Amino acid sequence: MAEFLQFFFSGLTVGAVYALVALGFTLIYNASEVINFAQGEFVMLGGMGTVFLALAGVPLPLAALVAVIIAVAVGVALHRLAIEPAGDAGVVNLIIITIGASIFLRGVAQVVFDKRFHSLPHLFGAEPLRIGGAAILPQSLVVLAGAAIIVFLLWLFIDRTLVGKAVIATAANRLAARLVGINTSRVVGLSFAVSAAIGALAGILITPLTLTSYDVGTLLALKGFAAAMLGGIGSPMGAVLGGLLLGMLEAFSAGYLSSSYKEAVAFLVILGVLLAMPNGLLGRAKVERV
Amino acid sequence: MIVRLAMRYRLAPVALVAAIVILLPLLFPSAYYYRVGALVFIFAFAAVGLNLLMGFAGQVSLGHAGFLGVGAYAVAIGPAYLGIPSWFGIVAGAVLSALIAFVVGRPILRLKGHYLAVATLGFGVLIAIVLSNEAGWTGGPDGMSVSRLVLFGWRVSGADTWYWVAAVTLLTGMVLAYNLIGSPTGRALRAIHDSEVAARVLGVEIARKKLTIFVISAVYASVAGSYLALFNGHITPDVAGFLRSVELVAMVVLGGMGSIAGSVVGAAVLVVLPQTFTALHDYEHLALGLVIMAFMIFLRQGIVPAMVQWRTT
Amino acid sequence: MRLAKFAFLSAMGAAFALASVSSVSAQVKIGAVLSVTGPASFLGDPEKKTLEIYVAAINAKGGVNGQKLQLIVYDDGGDANNARTFATRLIEEDKVVAMVGGTTTGSTMAMIPAFEEAQIPFISLAGAVQIIQPVRKWVFKTPHTDTMACEKIFADIKRRKLSKVALISGSGGFDKSMQAECVKVAPAAGITIVHQESYGPRDTDMTPQLTNIKGKADVQAVINPGFGQGPAIVTRNYRQLGITLPLYQSHGVASKQFIELAGPAAEGVRLPAAALLVADKLPAGDRQKPVVQSYQKTYEEKTKEPVSTFGGHAYDGLMIVVEAAQRAKSWDRAKVRDEIEKTKGFVGTGGIVNMSPTDHLGLDLSAFRMLEIQKGDWTLVPESGS
Repeated sequence: MAEFLQFFFSGLTVGAVYALVALGFTLIYNASEVINFAQGEFVMLGGMGTVFLALAGVPLPLAALVAVIIAVAVGVALHRLAIEPAGDAGVVNLIIITIGASIFLRGVAQVVFDKRFHSLPHLFGAEPLRIGGAAILPQSLVVLAGAAIIVFLLWLFIDRTLVGKAVIATAANRLAARLVGINTSRVVGLSFAVSAAIGALAGILITPLTLTSYDVGTLLALKGFAAAMLGGIGSPMGAVLGGLLLGMLEAFSAGYLSSSYKEAVAFLVILGVLLAMPNGLLGRAKVERV
Repeated sequence: MIVRLAMRYRLAPVALVAAIVILLPLLFPSAYYYRVGALVFIFAFAAVGLNLLMGFAGQVSLGHAGFLGVGAYAVAIGPAYLGIPSWFGIVAGAVLSALIAFVVGRPILRLKGHYLAVATLGFGVLIAIVLSNEAGWTGGPDGMSVSRLVLFGWRVSGADTWYWVAAVTLLTGMVLAYNLIGSPTGRALRAIHDSEVAARVLGVEIARKKLTIFVISAVYASVAGSYLALFNGHITPDVAGFLRSVELVAMVVLGGMGSIAGSVVGAAVLVVLPQTFTALHDYEHLALGLVIMAFMIFLRQGIVPAMVQWRTT
Repeated sequence: MRLAKFAFLSAMGAAFALASVSSVSAQVKIGAVLSVTGPASFLGDPEKKTLEIYVAAINAKGGVNGQKLQLIVYDDGGDANNARTFATRLIEEDKVVAMVGGTTTGSTMAMIPAFEEAQIPFISLAGAVQIIQPVRKWVFKTPHTDTMACEKIFADIKRRKLSKVALISGSGGFDKSMQAECVKVAPAAGITIVHQESYGPRDTDMTPQLTNIKGKADVQAVINPGFGQGPAIVTRNYRQLGITLPLYQSHGVASKQFIELAGPAAEGVRLPAAALLVADKLPAGDRQKPVVQSYQKTYEEKTKEPVSTFGGHAYDGLMIVVEAAQRAKSWDRAKVRDEIEKTKGFVGTGGIVNMSPTDHLGLDLSAFRMLEIQKGDWTLVPESGS
């Protein structure tokens, strides 16, 4: 039982990390149908930015805030300078642009920062909580709470504000949204800004657990993308569900099956789920218009 | 008349590539250039196959490097453990890739858009994990050495030899691709690309056509993988990695989706650029990312279609 | 035909122009293909910095055999195919006389055929024993083999009167190679490996694997082959789960950064490492002491980063080549190779190197020191009790 609980805690920890990254994918996708493969670089900017500002003597909370602002600026710039000029280019083109952006940002990071690994202090200490013979770090709960708060804020934003409605309208039909007077370009730009902020925040919260470096984004983006698709792209709840599920899958297959094939097991399950539910767990079916 | 013109026009790119292939070595000061050239042709071959899937059938695959891996390890493991000759390894790899694509493609190709992307991604990652984990057969992450290709007693080695072998293979692959596009299957594919619903209404068996093209593109990738392994003489699981898959997709999109010649140009750009950017040292990746973005923003249909358009206007 | 002729002539012209340019700068070219980015950048980055610092220093003193050195570094990003292309480029285009580098075993193995064929001395900086076994005429290496790391750890475990160990290793080349070597040499060392686990690249939590190890009653010690962020997380999770068995890390974590990242959890962790890490704690008579102290001072002053043994391997490789060329009084490739093979008593950061036609590494187990982390710093474990 203690073993089961420990695997569960591990899945929760890793899953919360994936969930935070996956959340970043959903918003941009909702507004623009772009899968932003530079999302992992926002996570990196949050973590590395905070680390380096703190090293330069900036107090930690302020460093975190500035790092988030930097990431938001980068997100807005990405939209303004790369996504918007590409105009009505195809979805695959936009994906390649974001991949180019992620290579670019990593290239900048290796020059501005360095190529070593870095960590941040735990928010509530590194002493594990012991529950039923298993141990979990307080920081894992912080990450989990962070994901919950972000989902709640996103829901408030999308459901309860006019701007949020504009995002939904833009996602549903861009042309129609424009016709009713929504500045769709600004809406998409806003989604990039918010996604960047979510990514950077995620980076700051997870760094005490996962460590960070200039190239931490690549694999996080891959897992986050998989998690977002598993949950059903475009649904914030789906992103969290997908992330937690992916984390659990990895933890339990590492614990009970084989640690060298745990990622294989995770991807097999994703394939299985998608074949049974082609729009992910919580995604909506899309109808092709003729 | 129109048909013959079209035939001639479609084969013009092949003739152009052939001319470049023949003339280029006159400018080569060393064997290093032959190597880069051979790499361009090998990756271009894989990209042409992927383009059939992406540009004509409109299906994305983020796991195509998995088939590169199957082909590469077929010529590594086959001769080393099963005692089959290398050339047969190429064939065996292609058959195996086709089989895998056939079995996997059936369910996967029912998915659409990004869901198909993540499913193919997962499939590619699976192959890379197996190659990395089954160290007893594959040598693990450090890879394994590959014995040289011997054809009728002729030992294929050296960058210049591979330059010509890869070039001939690429040209053949291009001609086959053009033939396929011109066939009824090709026309059905383009219909699927434009609108699946409309194609279905017209009575196109969508699932079967998509599967056929998936299998064909897998075979292209597999052969490219075999060539790469035989050319290098050593192979590691990187060949099947996610980044390699992304690179293949980037080659197709950069050159122009739906343009066979474009895939060759896309491969040339992405193979040659990192070689020239070494002069930038630490700024290499920064520059590479910028160039990829710039290409996609300013030549959004891809390099070759953009050039064709520019010439005709 | 005329076009071909024209192209050919202009190519000849270009080649001639290039040739005349290169003859003006009569420099000796040393090549390096390193994984400066990618998963092994943790190793490749200090290697590159070291080579740059020391080539500049050698040139400031007038070079070698009256010729200045020119260092050409290419970044393979950890990809063996890139490494192979750059190897061809170094050989055919840059015409290097010697090669230092190949950060990972995969890259090294991919490049070996090219250098063997071109007959250029090649000193690899990668770990696995397969690079020098079987011996290849032109290939050498400076880092201790993973086999030696296993043997060193096993000897220490035996000294503690323990024999049953569990392995937890990453899925990278370094990790898997060392894991396999440990399994191979365990029986001879009287060690039983009772359980094995692994984790993926960039994994962020290894508690499931460690929980399984914790659940095995007969495990007496745990070994973690790996480098980068993985071992730091393993060490943290190890303490998180409250496991009290002795934990051994490999020579892959041999940088002060590991202690920073693992924090208090690193207390009591042991690892085999080169003398470089404990430069200041070596006894006064130690032959390596002046060399490692000087390297540490130079590296840390120039880069503002803590020294790592990986950079040290690059230093050793470069110096072995330079000294061989000095002994040969020429940069003739065959003569340099012969002199490298005759290297005797070379004091490097990794140990005292004595090469021979059958040993292209030249280090023995004494090159490794067993270290324990205490109060956030390395300490030497006394080995006299064995």
